[in-house]
Amino acid sequence: MIQCKTSKAIGGMGHSLKRKEDARFIQGKGHYVDDIKLPGMLYMDIVRSPYAYAKIKKINIEEALKVPGVVAVVTGRDLEKYNLHWMPTLMSDTQMVLPTDTVMYQSQEVAAVIATTKYAARDGREAVTVEYEPMKPVIDPFKSLDPSAPVLRSDKEGKKDNHIWNWKVGDKAKTDALFEKADVVVKEQMHIPRIHVASIETCGCVADYDKVNNHLTMYMTTQAPHAIRTVIALVAGHVGLTEEKVRVISPDIGGGFGGKVPVYPGYVIAIAVSFLVGKPVKWIEDRSENLQADSFARDYHITAEMAGTKDGKILGTRFKILADHGYTDASANPSKFPTGMFSIATGSYDYDTTYMECDAVYTNKPPGGVAYRCSFRVTEAVHAIERITDRFAFEIGKDPADLRMQNFIKKEDFPWHSPTGWIYDSGDYHAGLQKAMEAVGYEQLRREQAEKRAKGELMGIGISTFTEIVGAGPSKDFDILGIKMFDSAEIRVHPTGKAIARFGTKSQGQGHETTYAQIIAEELGIPAENIAIEEGDTDTAPYGLGTYASRSTPTAGAAAAIAARKLRDKARKIAAYLLEVSEDDLEWEPGKFFVKGAPDKAKTIQEIVFAAYTNHPQGMEAGFEATHYYDPPNLTFPSGAYICVVDIDIETCEIKVRRFVAIDDCGNIINPMIVQGQVHGGLTQGIAPAMYEELIYDEAGNILNGTFMDYLVPTAVESPNWETGHTITPSPHHPIGAKGVGESPTVGAPPAIANAIVDALSPFGITHLDIPITPFKVFKALKEKGVFDK
Amino acid sequence: MTKTINVTVNGTIHSLEVEPRLLLVHMIREVLSLTGTHIGCDTSSCGACTILLDGKSVKSCTVLAVQTDGKAVATIEGLAAEGGPLHPLQEGFKENHGLHCGFCTPGMIMRCKELLEHNNNPTEDEIRWGISGNLCRCTGYNNIVKAVKWAGAKMRGEETPSTEPEFV
Amino acid sequence: MIAQSFQYESPGSLAEAIALLNQYGDEAKVLSGGHSLIPMMKLRFATPGYLIDINNIPGLSDIREEGGVVRIGSLVRESQLEHSEILAKKFPIFKDVTKLIADPQVRNMGTIGGNLAHGDAANDHPAVMIALGATVMITGAEGERVVPIDEFFFGFYMTAIQQGEILTEIRIPVPPVGTGSAYHKLERKVGDYATSGVAVQLTIGEDGTVTSAGIGLTNVNPVPLRASRSEEALVGKSLTDENIALAAKYASEDCSPSADLRGSEEYKRHVTGVLVKRMILKAAERAKS
Repeated sequence: MIQCKTSKAIGGMGHSLKRKEDARFIQGKGHYVDDIKLPGMLYMDIVRSPYAYAKIKKINIEEALKVPGVVAVVTGRDLEKYNLHWMPTLMSDTQMVLPTDTVMYQSQEVAAVIATTKYAARDGREAVTVEYEPMKPVIDPFKSLDPSAPVLRSDKEGKKDNHIWNWKVGDKAKTDALFEKADVVVKEQMHIPRIHVASIETCGCVADYDKVNNHLTMYMTTQAPHAIRTVIALVAGHVGLTEEKVRVISPDIGGGFGGKVPVYPGYVIAIAVSFLVGKPVKWIEDRSENLQADSFARDYHITAEMAGTKDGKILGTRFKILADHGYTDASANPSKFPTGMFSIATGSYDYDTTYMECDAVYTNKPPGGVAYRCSFRVTEAVHAIERITDRFAFEIGKDPADLRMQNFIKKEDFPWHSPTGWIYDSGDYHAGLQKAMEAVGYEQLRREQAEKRAKGELMGIGISTFTEIVGAGPSKDFDILGIKMFDSAEIRVHPTGKAIARFGTKSQGQGHETTYAQIIAEELGIPAENIAIEEGDTDTAPYGLGTYASRSTPTAGAAAAIAARKLRDKARKIAAYLLEVSEDDLEWEPGKFFVKGAPDKAKTIQEIVFAAYTNHPQGMEAGFEATHYYDPPNLTFPSGAYICVVDIDIETCEIKVRRFVAIDDCGNIINPMIVQGQVHGGLTQGIAPAMYEELIYDEAGNILNGTFMDYLVPTAVESPNWETGHTITPSPHHPIGAKGVGESPTVGAPPAIANAIVDALSPFGITHLDIPITPFKVFKALKEKGVFDK
Repeated sequence: MTKTINVTVNGTIHSLEVEPRLLLVHMIREVLSLTGTHIGCDTSSCGACTILLDGKSVKSCTVLAVQTDGKAVATIEGLAAEGGPLHPLQEGFKENHGLHCGFCTPGMIMRCKELLEHNNNPTEDEIRWGISGNLCRCTGYNNIVKAVKWAGAKMRGEETPSTEPEFV
Repeated sequence: MIAQSFQYESPGSLAEAIALLNQYGDEAKVLSGGHSLIPMMKLRFATPGYLIDINNIPGLSDIREEGGVVRIGSLVRESQLEHSEILAKKFPIFKDVTKLIADPQVRNMGTIGGNLAHGDAANDHPAVMIALGATVMITGAEGERVVPIDEFFFGFYMTAIQQGEILTEIRIPVPPVGTGSAYHKLERKVGDYATSGVAVQLTIGEDGTVTSAGIGLTNVNPVPLRASRSEEALVGKSLTDENIALAAKYASEDCSPSADLRGSEEYKRHVTGVLVKRMILKAAERAKS
């Protein structure tokens, strides 16, 4: 049971408080960007390229301009006049807003049609004809570095190949030497495929430029409104849109998962058009546009190797990555980390030798990559280490649970220094796996598996024991476009003891309106229901880098606790004044200060706050308000132990996830109901890439599954009944000991599922299958092993 | 060429001049400004636009407004009076954390309304198949199933199951 | 996603609908459930000038049994098929197939007539109708004509329905006691088109001999396919493992699937064989009760 320090009425940490935000969502009163309708608003639709790589010979707009309701057609040449046809990516690469001469991927924006209605805009889009001269695209990243491959980014002066950057970490010489002489070395080539976050709400905006006041209000689907405002000011400052003239409002967001971090060309075009015509312009993507043009996630080709002893001691790992970034590096990563946090790939295991290297390349595919509910490439890292760990166990014939128990970092060894330079804050990996094994009935399942194997039936058990790395991040290392990755909270308590708190983050379903209120309730004793939470408006909220990568609780949550503590310090002073005692004579319990040894002599927080406005000590600043910008001293390292049980139909090769037990450790828990809900959701977004989702391109660069007909988002039928639980190892450096949880399940689930499937197929000598593992893929693997030969 | 239709939406009759190609979801959202019904895909795959047409759940992105002439449309906004008591499904979703971002929720609830009217005591399997036309990207569906069961119990007049998370 | 403009007609009678179809010729499309047509219009793959909505035509929405024949109006929705008591008793296959067609909302709109008239070998009812030996009623200006299901599908999206005609009814002979039917498809996720789908109806005599067999295949052939050799492998014989295996083998050989995201030709043939075997066993089991 989770111990709560506050009463249910106060609703601090540990209470499963029902969500405050739900009232509007269940009654159809959520306020999403497509719900905005402004007077005189125009609608924008976008003409997109059917080719992956082509010269634009001519864009014919005359017929479109004849369509009733169409007011303008905007091309790259129009934007060029204002120097708005290019923009920077979050990784300081460059990206076209609209092309002037070349299209670089299928579904790239080519022209924008502006009309008085949504329907007229679509008719106008159909009437635009573009003459192209198709060129042979580079689709396969492995061929991208061939000397014969065309140089795709010829817009970059002096660029002679399609290589973007090389990244490496670890000790190459030591690692190579270790692998040379190790008793056991295993190796697998893995592809972590290109996938799409596919939040149910697509991206969109209403750009509302007011010519009279030279002011832009930008309503948009963004997870990071403050950073976006800064980017807009940097891109459009030269035409007068300086930062104080820009207000970004992120209304309710229908799911983000990282896909709503980048700046997409559509946003910029809408701003440009609104700026030019002085009217609000709405742009809302279709699902197909969303899937085909917005940032993808993953697309890492990884060669993973592990070296160890015959009795199962892990000695070292080696990872070589080829990253396919598409047309431009539009990753959403901290600037100094081009591969994000991939270097967490040493995993939960105690060894000191590793080497990792990544080469990133351009291809004629849409740019990316974003998170897909993942903290900066941690999913790729965890998949690599957890798959290769199982591969090692298989090689030496050791149970993968035993092997993990043997190699886990011990809880007394934290803080633990990883060979890639991270300092893991805390963890108890043995306890987590033990709990998961008991919950699933591991020994019993292994016996059942042995019996089934004897009968020729396919059953698999897969484990994943992962270490996450979230809460970016400490300002000495972490920034995006130079802006340090702190986050903020501002708490204002009104005279009657009710509060409003504002944050630099932005919930997309995580429940901040509830959990932030609980953190403040915990610290100040003001009932959570009396604390309003506001985010997403750059005019009112303090500056912060936004919500993604499980960073809100580690950063803004910490800011809330510290801002609240500043207020509690002030409250102590006021209480001492009111009670006419020294501050040292006071003791705090949630909701009041009382005199030590005389609990009747007390002042409630409400009385104290009222005094801050009506009877504050002379010399003290009036009011009851505090702000904190929290710069974390370290990242947080949530962990988890997941066990998956699958049954495979040996005839049709269908895979059924029979059980899935997830034990998560996210440190102290603010709201168990919400944490569990996050875990459920993340697990479904884990089974999705493990078994269903992948963006597939043919050799010509055509996307083969650009709608929900073929991009297979799991339904309630594919998604199993998740069994969840937790262990608690508080973060020692976080003010409330919390670690963040939103992404752990997405990170941890795919290897558990893949390991289970491979385990089921292992009697046939199958050691690896790339995700998504589909029935067809299982068929091919079994066929290759001669299973269906008569 | 427009066409006049008479359609009852949440109990109110509207006489509307519409283009034949106007999609029902656009009639609801743009013409009647009932923005609780959402659009999540183009291919009748996601179910975010689910409403009731003469009591049956349909995807309003794949129905023409002209097809509703003489018919009754019910949207999430009509499920409970503003400020009045919630429908058991609305309550069930809130009590059981059956939603995160809320975008799929109105469609999900409208679908489940028909589901429970057809069978107010569905099994987990019946609920999962019953909402297989509604995609949720946030919740992993566990708590939606729980919410529907809870609402079913409430509609049957039985004691509702515990809403505490089984997260130990 | 918005369709190109069109003129909308909503005739109140069959005669009126047929007159409109004749008047507008190939610029007109019939709107039934709309769940194949409207998405294609939204993508502008289909751009009809005229849409003839037949949903308000009375008399096409009933399921009834008359003289040993079950008659299903072409406007009968999938959800009606799913919950029909008449069908549940005589043709358990309808519960199998409807559960696997799209999703509940789509089944509230989608019609059996539309599912057949679309002429798409990926749709599920064609195979079922083949297994059940249905006939299709087509009505035009000249009156009604009866087309056996084996003469209904011509090619990709092509059927026996001519310009100016409307599919109005499906007739299925009620089989004798000792008959069972079953359908299953392998799908990538619920509501997907089949990787392969198999419909089987068997009548088994008291001595265990198969007296009649209907086997239809979904989405493994350019047109919906009757697995004739598989049927022949069973009729007049008892259901031994060998005969069933032979039927399965013939079906996997005789279909002609194309490789796509659902799998290779080889995989689809393989799955077809597996499903034929399983559906034979399931239909046989049901024939007993």
